[in-house]
Amino acid sequence: MKSLKHKLLGFSVPFLAGVCAFLIVLVVFIVIGEIVFGGWSTLSWEFLSTGPKEGMTEGGIYPAIIGTFLLVVIMSVAGVPVGTVTAIYLSEYASHRSYLARAIRFAVNTLAGVPAIVFGLFGLGFFIQFVGTGMDTFLSGGTDLKWGQPNILWASLTMALLTLPVVIVSVEEAIKAVPRELREASLALGATKWETIRKVVLPNSVTGILTGGILAVSRGAGEVAPILFTGAAYFLPHLPGGLTDQFMELGYHVYIMSTQSPDVEATRGIQYATTLVLLVLTFTLNFSAIFLRYKIRTRTIR
Amino acid sequence: MQDSKVPTTKQATPSQTKSESIARSVASGHGVNNDNSGNLWWKKRFRPGEFLIEKSIAAIAFLSFAFITLIFIFVFREALPIFSSTPQKTTVEGTQSVQETYGDESSTSEMQKQVDERKKSVDNSEEGTATAANLIGGTWQPVSAKPKYGMLPIVVGSLKVTVVSLIFGAPIAILAALFTAAFAPKWSKEILKPAIEVLAGIPSVVIGFFALVALATFLQKTFGFEYRLNAFVGGIALSLAVIPIIYTITEDSLSRVPKVMTEASLALGASKWQTALFVVLPAASPGIFAGVLLGIGRAFGETMIVLMATGNASMLSANLFEPVRTMSATIGAEMGEVVFGDTHYTVLFFIGTILFLFTFCLNAIAEIFIRQRLMKRFEGL
Repeated sequence: MKSLKHKLLGFSVPFLAGVCAFLIVLVVFIVIGEIVFGGWSTLSWEFLSTGPKEGMTEGGIYPAIIGTFLLVVIMSVAGVPVGTVTAIYLSEYASHRSYLARAIRFAVNTLAGVPAIVFGLFGLGFFIQFVGTGMDTFLSGGTDLKWGQPNILWASLTMALLTLPVVIVSVEEAIKAVPRELREASLALGATKWETIRKVVLPNSVTGILTGGILAVSRGAGEVAPILFTGAAYFLPHLPGGLTDQFMELGYHVYIMSTQSPDVEATRGIQYATTLVLLVLTFTLNFSAIFLRYKIRTRTIR
Repeated sequence: MQDSKVPTTKQATPSQTKSESIARSVASGHGVNNDNSGNLWWKKRFRPGEFLIEKSIAAIAFLSFAFITLIFIFVFREALPIFSSTPQKTTVEGTQSVQETYGDESSTSEMQKQVDERKKSVDNSEEGTATAANLIGGTWQPVSAKPKYGMLPIVVGSLKVTVVSLIFGAPIAILAALFTAAFAPKWSKEILKPAIEVLAGIPSVVIGFFALVALATFLQKTFGFEYRLNAFVGGIALSLAVIPIIYTITEDSLSRVPKVMTEASLALGASKWQTALFVVLPAASPGIFAGVLLGIGRAFGETMIVLMATGNASMLSANLFEPVRTMSATIGAEMGEVVFGDTHYTVLFFIGTILFLFTFCLNAIAEIFIRQRLMKRFEGL
């Protein structure tokens, strides 16, 4: 009697676990398949290189691609150096027991867990209403509204903050992978700590910094919630020309086209194709990051 | 500080053997010897450049802490007027529109009763302002002549969607992690792990779009829902975002279970599945719990998926198959149209503060569970 129950459970427990695992793989294929098949037919060179036409019902997504590109570039310029320096501090200078290092670690963990929409609120409350309005008052006496409104700079900075933990974690991992002997050899030759970091540690962790940057870009390109009210625009006739301009963005375009556009059904093709472009973009970035990380790991073993 | 590796021998008191001091220097690692170099600083040559660089690196590193503080301060600051605002008389009181009956005379008296009732509620509790008492109300109607900021429907909406996503996401993720840790042949691991990474890498707006155009239609056709977009659809879509988190943390803590434990269990005659179910799973339970907590945090704070897939109507009901509006989606949908400094604006920031504090607490508890419970349990094994 016991053996029957035993056999039954012995079969069903691994089976059930296997089914769940299979289900996840299946879902991944379904989601990607749906987007690829839905968007394939609309995708063309023209779609990628022209702007929306006929009141957004036709045409392409060129401004959204450029907007996304500018967003992640400004974001990386602001975020990657800060993340790298923080990682250097945490792994090279800070003692594990110091309060500052603990506070920073705590802050990085917390930043990674804050919901994206809260970053959006912060961008609105801090960058636009506080810094932007402050700059307006300072520069022009508050007569003309230039900085105190949503624009690509504030959106990028908000996004840089969101992606900061991603950069820090992967740069720190890369710095830790630099062999200790290299540092000690450099110090023994009389180099100071900073010289060692600059000439030995950093050159050896360039791939890690690159990985961090790529992962951050991938994350930043995919998040929409932080830019909902810090700079993304529904439609703009021209590309952003300066830091105070609003911009179109791929993820925001998907959201707005599929929920708020006048004729949702008529633009399904555009929606699918935009989603496909976004998906291809993030996957390309993620896979190159995985590849780089793999290279770092194999190098440490050698 | 850079000579921290060298002085360990210099510093070693005669009583210490050489091996002891080496062991100490190895154990403390690089850059950890602040406490040792503390009494050596006067022996070290002072280099102003190095000092400046170290301080400026520390200052930049401090930025992340500064910003987390700023996030809290600024989100909370914009929400602050709620607590200080004195209830003002609403101006809409007298302008209560006369309800048109469109010829249906029989219902007039009933209508009149409703109007009276509404008037009474206006007289009694100034629902136009957002005092703490009004925030608990059951109607979320921020854009109307008489705005109502009752947060109950959207809080319940968030809870409904989160619960659905966990009911589906958590068991699947935990069982799949158990599969990889205990049963999976090697080839299936090499499919499952990248699949999870891919799933984690899909932007939430893409999942939202998938739920909006494909999943919602499919589920409606299969189960015949009255509404195409509802809390159930949103919850299922959200579970796609939750599964990678729970899976990763569960798998991590399952693989941390010491081999001695599984081997002991197997040696006592337990079978593979018995070991997995009654030894490995319970041993890793703090980690699994932490994973579920982080999953809840993610589900609660996720915006784009619920914004696109739940239908966004703030109805207060227990029915899972009706459209809902969650807290995060409310911010996402309404913040674009509010006037700066308005009561509505303030209330949205208040919701943001709640989201922030809630996820913050969940993360802190999860951290404690992983670090204290799980690690302590396996200490010495």
